[in-house]
Amino acid sequence: MMNKKVRKYVFSKVLDEYFSGNHKAYRFIALFFKELFKRPFHLREVINQCFEVGLKSLALISLTGFIVGIVFTKQSRPSLEEFGATSWLPSLIGIAIIKALGPLVTALICAGKVGSSIGAELGSMRVTEQIDAMEVSAINPFKYLVVTRVVATTITIPVLALYCSFVALYGSYLNVHAEETSSLISFYQSAFKTINFLDIAISVVKTIVYGFTIGIVGCYKGFNATQGTRGVGKAANQAVVLAMFLIFIEEVIIVQIANWIRYF
Amino acid sequence: MQIFKPHVINKEESVISITGLYKSFDDLDVLKGIDFNLYKAENVAVLGKSGSGKSVLIKIIVGLLKPDRGEVVVLGKHVNQLNRKELDDLRLHIGFSFQNSALYDSMNVLQNLTFPLTMNRKNLTKSEANDAAEEILDSVGLKDKLNQMPSDLSGGQRKRIGIARTLILKPQIMLYDEPTSGLDPVTSTEIIELINEVQQKYNTSSIIITHDLTCAKNTSNRIAMLLDGRFLKIGKFDEVFDTDDEQVKGFFNYNFIQ
Ligand SMILES: Nc1ncnc2c1ncn2[C@@H]1O[C@H](COP(=O)(O)OP(=O)(O)O)[C@@H](O)[C@H]1O
Ligand SMILES: [Mg+2]
Repeated sequence: MMNKKVRKYVFSKVLDEYFSGNHKAYRFIALFFKELFKRPFHLREVINQCFEVGLKSLALISLTGFIVGIVFTKQSRPSLEEFGATSWLPSLIGIAIIKALGPLVTALICAGKVGSSIGAELGSMRVTEQIDAMEVSAINPFKYLVVTRVVATTITIPVLALYCSFVALYGSYLNVHAEETSSLISFYQSAFKTINFLDIAISVVKTIVYGFTIGIVGCYKGFNATQGTRGVGKAANQAVVLAMFLIFIEEVIIVQIANWIRYF
Repeated sequence: MQIFKPHVINKEESVISITGLYKSFDDLDVLKGIDFNLYKAENVAVLGKSGSGKSVLIKIIVGLLKPDRGEVVVLGKHVNQLNRKELDDLRLHIGFSFQNSALYDSMNVLQNLTFPLTMNRKNLTKSEANDAAEEILDSVGLKDKLNQMPSDLSGGQRKRIGIARTLILKPQIMLYDEPTSGLDPVTSTEIIELINEVQQKYNTSSIIITHDLTCAKNTSNRIAMLLDGRFLKIGKFDEVFDTDDEQVKGFFNYNFIQ
């Protein structure tokens, strides 16, 4: 019996793959929320992963945050001097760092460091059948590998972003301090003068969204890796590219929504 | 060498029963009507060229892949009608030894063994789990490798650890995916001995996928030839190879004359 199958596409091969890919991604996210509230919670593994995420990116975030603080202050000073408004420098820096730079710098660094390593780790576990091995020994790999990692990034990246903002402000303070005498306390006070609770809340929400994005994208790409060792590199690479892309889109959307709330 | 001792098989009690199994991937028809029974305490070797669907077959048995058509009944349960919880309960009775061992490479040997145990028996203490792991490691002869990472082990050692990791859950059925492929003859012989030891010690029923006839002959009660998506022949070793079928003979010649 010949069993020839005629392949039919709804639109075209490319479009069909695009939509079914999206569908698969949504199902992955839905499965995450479904499994999130089910036992067992693997708390120990979540804590392990939090440390992984934190330690992996701490050094780079410290350095980058510090330098961003210094450079941003150095660059802003001349423009403010023109208007004789250097006393506004701390406020300007406070707004820029807490509302925009801290979260974004952290997210991009974590997308690069954490996202790629999650993609590569799960990708290699997929192609070497370690994920199947969990499955056949009655361990739910989605819960053990995916849920724990996504929870970890969602918790840790906001903390890292906060830390990054403080380091950046400190870098900025050193620069300000070199030019005019000002104490650390009074610098932080004026930096936070124009920041209100809503600003902080929005920054935190933003970083929670970034953290979730980095975790879920890395896991999705890794968990669905194919084609042997080549697929591992591809998963890691795509995890970074897609996460960064989504982070920028989310930034725009969240800032827009925040502005609506502000003027409501 | 621990010679395989043919033992009496009770053909009443089948632990795996497959009827009319079909599986294809996109345009590729892999399995085209498999009918097969594995009886209690029996070892069956599945022979076939690479890419003929041997791994697909055992992955369907443990529910890693879904068949297109057909029934798969394992220990009295219809594999494809189970929910997650029921499937997990069934899987605890099936040991699956992967072709490339699939050891968790972020864990050392001891953790590889205790992981499935502690995940499935929540009330087990750490030292109980460690003791169980050490006992199993001892029985595969690798007690001294406790703290090594999988990447530091040889192929044969990885295979044995992989088998040990499934034994720790005391399965009733063992599925071996090419247990001797890529190993030198001496190490192969050790794995063959281990398979027989496991069968005798734990009274398991096994499917052994292989294209190594020495392994098939020395471990199995019956041989099943997988050709073109079907079992061309199932029977005792000599029965299967007492044939004029070119494809079967080709297989035989390749192994013993080359
Ligand atoms: N998940 C999958 N998706 C698509 N094709 C697959 C998949 N798994 C196996 N195949 C194909 O099915 C055929 C049989 O594979 P397999 O069972 O691994 O062969 P073997 O007999 O060597 O173990 C191969 O052609 C393989 O490419
Ligand atoms: Mg195979």
